[in-house]
Amino acid sequence: MIADNLPALQVVVPLLAAPLALMLRRGIYSWLLAMLTCVVTLAMSIALLSEVMSGGTITYRMGGWAPPWGIQYYVDTVNAFVLLIVAAIGTVVMAAAPTSVASEVRADKQSLFYTAYLLCLAGLLGIVITGDAFNIFVFLEISSLSTYILVSLGNDRRALTAAFQYLIMGTIGATFILIGVGLLYMSTGTLNIQDLAMRLGPLSESRTVQAAFAFTTVGISLKLALFPLHLWLPNSYAYAPSIASAFLAATATKVAVYVMLRFFFTIFGIEFSYEVMPLGTVLLVLALLAIFAGSLVAIFQDNIKRLFAYSSVAQIGYMILGISFASQTGLTAAILHLFNHAVMKGSLFLALGALFYRTGGVNLANFRGLGKTMPWTMMAIVIGGLSLIGVPLTVGFVSKWYLVLAALEQGMWPVAFLVLAGSLLAVIYVWKLVEAAYFQSPDDEAAAVREAPLALLIPTWVLVIANIYFGIDTSLTVGVAETAAMGLLSSGGAP
Amino acid sequence: MLAATALSVVFLRDLFTIVMLFGIYSLLSAGFFVTMDAVDVALTEAAVGAGVTTVLMLGTLALTSRKEKISRTPPSMIPLGVVVVTGLVLVYGTLDMPSLGDPDAPIHQHVAPRYIEQSYEEVGMPNIVTSVLASYRGYDTLGEVVVIFTAGLGVLTLLGIGGDDRHRVRPPEMAHHLVLRVISRAMIPLILLYALYIQFHGDYGPGGGFQAGVIFGAAIILYTMIFGLAKAEQLISPLFLRYMMGVGVLIYGGTGVLTLLLGGNFLDYDTLAHDPLHGQHYGILAVELGVGITVTAVVISIFFYFTGRGSQSGEDEQ
Amino acid sequence: MSSTLGLYNYWIVIFLMMVGFYVVIAHGNLIKKVVGLNIFQTSVFILYITMGKVDGGAAPILDDAVTVYSNPLPHVLILTAIVVGVATTALALALIVRIREEYGTVEEEEIHEQDESL
Repeated sequence: MIADNLPALQVVVPLLAAPLALMLRRGIYSWLLAMLTCVVTLAMSIALLSEVMSGGTITYRMGGWAPPWGIQYYVDTVNAFVLLIVAAIGTVVMAAAPTSVASEVRADKQSLFYTAYLLCLAGLLGIVITGDAFNIFVFLEISSLSTYILVSLGNDRRALTAAFQYLIMGTIGATFILIGVGLLYMSTGTLNIQDLAMRLGPLSESRTVQAAFAFTTVGISLKLALFPLHLWLPNSYAYAPSIASAFLAATATKVAVYVMLRFFFTIFGIEFSYEVMPLGTVLLVLALLAIFAGSLVAIFQDNIKRLFAYSSVAQIGYMILGISFASQTGLTAAILHLFNHAVMKGSLFLALGALFYRTGGVNLANFRGLGKTMPWTMMAIVIGGLSLIGVPLTVGFVSKWYLVLAALEQGMWPVAFLVLAGSLLAVIYVWKLVEAAYFQSPDDEAAAVREAPLALLIPTWVLVIANIYFGIDTSLTVGVAETAAMGLLSSGGAP
Repeated sequence: MLAATALSVVFLRDLFTIVMLFGIYSLLSAGFFVTMDAVDVALTEAAVGAGVTTVLMLGTLALTSRKEKISRTPPSMIPLGVVVVTGLVLVYGTLDMPSLGDPDAPIHQHVAPRYIEQSYEEVGMPNIVTSVLASYRGYDTLGEVVVIFTAGLGVLTLLGIGGDDRHRVRPPEMAHHLVLRVISRAMIPLILLYALYIQFHGDYGPGGGFQAGVIFGAAIILYTMIFGLAKAEQLISPLFLRYMMGVGVLIYGGTGVLTLLLGGNFLDYDTLAHDPLHGQHYGILAVELGVGITVTAVVISIFFYFTGRGSQSGEDEQ
Repeated sequence: MSSTLGLYNYWIVIFLMMVGFYVVIAHGNLIKKVVGLNIFQTSVFILYITMGKVDGGAAPILDDAVTVYSNPLPHVLILTAIVVGVATTALALALIVRIREEYGTVEEEEIHEQDESL
């Protein structure tokens, strides 16, 4: 019975765990429930992925009604992969949570934190697994609203303004997506994704459909933090509680990238998106801007959380770059980077969380002498940084490799060169940290700092080891990404 | 009229007037919805948009300030430019749209006819909107209940805990107005009764869990305004509300889990009784109840938290 | 053909949407932004509902006397969207109250100034 209903349970379990977490008023009980829920959710996502890889697409009818009259869950390789990413990060970060949250969030709000976390997790999973366009909107709002709550729990008052700014921009984005879906519905009479794909085929001349395309793209780009619509991201990641930053940085934008993939390749179809609409060029330009602007601004940041937030803007640029090529290799690169970036940023933000836990700050000054006082934490940051640059033996290298390959395939030598140039910029800001940590000595206060507790170190290092492991043995991740890309490319409705 | 209301929001500085105008905008929209045959939506928009939202905004104004400050930097043209471009794209999109009311438009083919033609056989109730909302697309509605729950969670997180006690000024009670007391004592039970009617009659006429929850909440808000926050909190404790917020969601989700255990898909109400139509009826009853409970709890909670967070003085702005 | 007249309805709605959108991005007062956001969203709802109307149709509640019904699906979607909208507004307003407590103001400019000087 569980096996048959796996798709539904994947979302329903964390969804229903949330109100239970709220009722448990002590933080530690809520955490226990949340941790248990995350582990179960992870197990389910692994089961789903292996089922899809061996047996093909899975569909599930909510309420027993056939689509398009009812809502259908649709699981193919690409979204099964994203489900796994979200669930895995959710679990690892949750494992680190109690220590970190206990120090950053006041006691009577801790169970609220875990409730919001579970809601966010359920929301993200719901977006990824559904086969209904309006259902995406509903779960998008669940995940967004819970994200605003998570961000606002940061103990700096700027967390409040960051949450507000994110709320305004996020709601505009969601409303744009709603408009887009409305226009699509108006043109076809259906909300089911597979059905839309079929019906949109002959409608590529319709101006309504073109307007729908424009609105959904802008709306999704806002959620993605695609340059120049990324303004909400740096502050939100910087001022949110460390565990929230780690979870969000590694998952939220990935899910938005998935939504983009689903809309462009499945719903609108590759011919419409790239030939009728100038998507390839637009994405290419914006992606390159994101890579350079993000990396450049990162160099000048003193708050290191903000530095890595801007670095995320750049990394999202890399993913969008892969999408702009619309080729098997390009898409493989993009999908691969969903996983790789999640691992990289997850480990980095967890390490920063450890730093904050011991020193109370995440500015450059807190890094002085860190190589000596918190060697394991710093080493985690170094490896994460190397991965961002794209050094071989880390996952970052694998993504960049495929990206450069995709560019070369299209004959775009300048773009390939620019990708490598972007890596050089990353070297600069990573070096800033390395220099402070290993070549400067800490002042007296900082010298007394001890290494982070195991409770924080272990989850961080789980991700660091994943970073290296999947950088060396790429068969699993690349295999899944390639299958996913193939699936996407053939999923659009034929005209 | 809608346009005039909307535009005046842009140019006015007195926030109180703006909020009132927004209330009017919302009510006008509700009226418009009625002319468009969207009666359920009109009821919800009136209760939620004109009602809850306006009350919350007024509450916020009471806790912050009444006037918008004049900006020191000259207004830039960028926002105007963005808005114009967006508007033009939308207009471009309308050029291929079917005419208003055209029965042959694509939107009316394919999916909608089944709801209209077969919902009575498959679900068994006259209000098609309720059939779609609670059964065919019941999963979306579960998501919606969770959204409400999340809002309640959010306001609890932000305003329900903490806050500076020395800033706390209880809003003046109106209990000494005899007329208000008497009338409200009579009205409140009536309102509650009406809410129950809406809750259970939603299968046959406009209504259902959301609207009922809001109206139920409104009755309690009325009580709070007249008799004061302290008394209201004695009547319904915030802790109880916190549990109730979650209980509604659990009832809704629990119905789905029950259908799983009975061998069907999640939220497949057919499994709930021997006769699928009865099953549908029970299922919809249960989930609407869940919705009503959560909405009521959240609406009351939000009101309690906003009122409980008094500020130094209401009018310290020029 | 009444096509232009039919479109005229949509254009009014688009105008309303844009007014709301403008208020959100152009004004610095946080409360005004929230009002603008609500106007923007309510206008989108009007767009959807307008789509669902069928000439000569009645509200989608089954009645033997009625032959033509307006489309129930947009109604369902908008009911959900209204609820989502008010949830967002409640959160936004709660944030504004807290921001006012922490910063003493709800004007975007002044908040920026206070943050820059840190």
